[in-house]
Amino acid sequence: MGYFGRRILGVIPVIMVTWTLVFVVLQIIPGDPVNLMLAGVPASEEVRARERERLGLNKPVVERYFSFLARAAQGDLGDSFRSRRPVTDMIAEQMWPTIELALGGLAVGLSLGIVLGVLAGIRPNGWVDSSCMALAMVGVSLPSFWIGMMLIYVFGTVLMWVPITGRGFDALVLPSITVGLFIAGGFARLVRSSIVEAMGQDYVRTARAKGLPRRKVVLKHALRNALIPPVTLLGIQFALLIGGAVVTENVFARPGLGTMLVDAVLTKDMPLVQALIVYKTAAYVVINAAIDIVYGIIDPRVRMAQNS
Amino acid sequence: MTAMAATPMPKQGGFRAIRFLRRLFLHPGAMVGTVVFAVLVLAAILAPAIAPYDWNETDAGPRLSAPSAEHLFGTDLHGRDVFSRVIAGGRYSISLGIATVLMSLMLGSLIGVFLGFTGGKIDAWGCRFLDVLLGFPAIVLAIMIVSVMGVGLVNVVIAVAIAGVPRFARVVRGAVLVLREQLYVEAARALGASDARIMRRHLLPNVASTLVVLGTLDLGNAILSTATLSFLGLGAQPPTPEWGTMLSGGREFMRYAPWTMIFPGMALFLIVMSVNLVGDRLSQVLDPKAKDRR
Repeated sequence: MGYFGRRILGVIPVIMVTWTLVFVVLQIIPGDPVNLMLAGVPASEEVRARERERLGLNKPVVERYFSFLARAAQGDLGDSFRSRRPVTDMIAEQMWPTIELALGGLAVGLSLGIVLGVLAGIRPNGWVDSSCMALAMVGVSLPSFWIGMMLIYVFGTVLMWVPITGRGFDALVLPSITVGLFIAGGFARLVRSSIVEAMGQDYVRTARAKGLPRRKVVLKHALRNALIPPVTLLGIQFALLIGGAVVTENVFARPGLGTMLVDAVLTKDMPLVQALIVYKTAAYVVINAAIDIVYGIIDPRVRMAQNS
Repeated sequence: MTAMAATPMPKQGGFRAIRFLRRLFLHPGAMVGTVVFAVLVLAAILAPAIAPYDWNETDAGPRLSAPSAEHLFGTDLHGRDVFSRVIAGGRYSISLGIATVLMSLMLGSLIGVFLGFTGGKIDAWGCRFLDVLLGFPAIVLAIMIVSVMGVGLVNVVIAVAIAGVPRFARVVRGAVLVLREQLYVEAARALGASDARIMRRHLLPNVASTLVVLGTLDLGNAILSTATLSFLGLGAQPPTPEWGTMLSGGREFMRYAPWTMIFPGMALFLIVMSVNLVGDRLSQVLDPKAKDRR
């Protein structure tokens, strides 16, 4: 079995642990799911009991735990308590807007982060470095919900350049910037320190001694070697974003998996919460395994270590 | 991070402490950060004396009126003075952040020291568990915890603190793994010190500098997370002048009265930024690997 296959199989125990944890937490959360679903609508005890039976809530906890596992193994993650639809369908529907925002945010964050990081790193400790790092610090310190609202106010309400709500590319611009600004700060700092380190290496000195133009030295020799730590961060950020950006979705009233999870937790829609957690954990581990393969492409030394 | 743990904190008093403080604060970022932080904290403490109006007094002025000489930051929907509320808001946001960090720091270092020192299977399983929690967005973890315990300020602090525990535990564990091989630990054991004593008297003091850096770096995050939960309606409830709550209140009127959301957000941004600037400098000064930086 290849390296990737082993990494993918390694996902299973992690998902098991996470799922058990979520199951336990959901048992502790106070409130009866049936009452939460009724949301104050009066119903006789008989109706409630029937509903509990339909949802399988009258069975002992241990039995529910194992029956879910058995069904999950066959790819059936159950139906939502509230919408009564298969949770896998519900997740699939919200997946695209979430991926859109994740990609948009990463595109903004990555390009901004790399530009700032490289500018800062090639001449460390100068004024360019200080200003770039100050900007990066601003990025990580901005509260997402505030900058989101400010962007809506300035570009949506006052200047009216982009629509505030809705779907499509135009409506994706402001949410992407909101997510991207936060990510850019982390990237910029990491790229800077990697570049500073790479610029001090022998091969960069050799490249310069050969008389290569500075731009070529930075882009081809230093940057490529400095990419490994930022690529790791890229993986982590993408994996987190693919689970949904709760705050940004909330501010821009966008659909997405983040909002879906918060709603599901608050209404105790257990099958949906469990399915979302399984999905998030799986995405996290799979993306990180994929990143390991990207390492091999960037740096052949890693590829050799993986194969041996 | 492990290298950081090996540098002991400068001794109290004397020349080293002064040199340490000079290195820490004679840096533009750290200086700006310290000043901004001090101003916001002082304003929060002195709020009853310096706020021009009572921060909960409704109809202190016309509703939703724009910033003016009487109301520097304008008024909100209920005619409350936004400037007074922003100043008072620091009392909540800052102290909530500090309480959160202290709590995750204590829990995290206890778990970290225990895992790192015990080693073996317990450590391996403990780390697996921490990794699973780390893979979880902290804000989602916090939301789940709030939904177990219920909405409210104290619960938000506990939730954000618990969500931060894995980070602290992981770093402390890493540091302890290096420290426990040191000669002085062996010497303490040879003298008959118990495990608990070694952890308390020899390991914890040596991870202190790591914890200070980590705690400061985390404070900005903690303030942001608690404010975020309040913004989502899970923490402080109106009319509490907490910055996140004020932002969520100002959101509906931002078209007509943007000042109700601009100023609380600005305050939140400034406090987080100032804490991050100081934390950043602190990690540079305490980390021997970063000596090449000014």
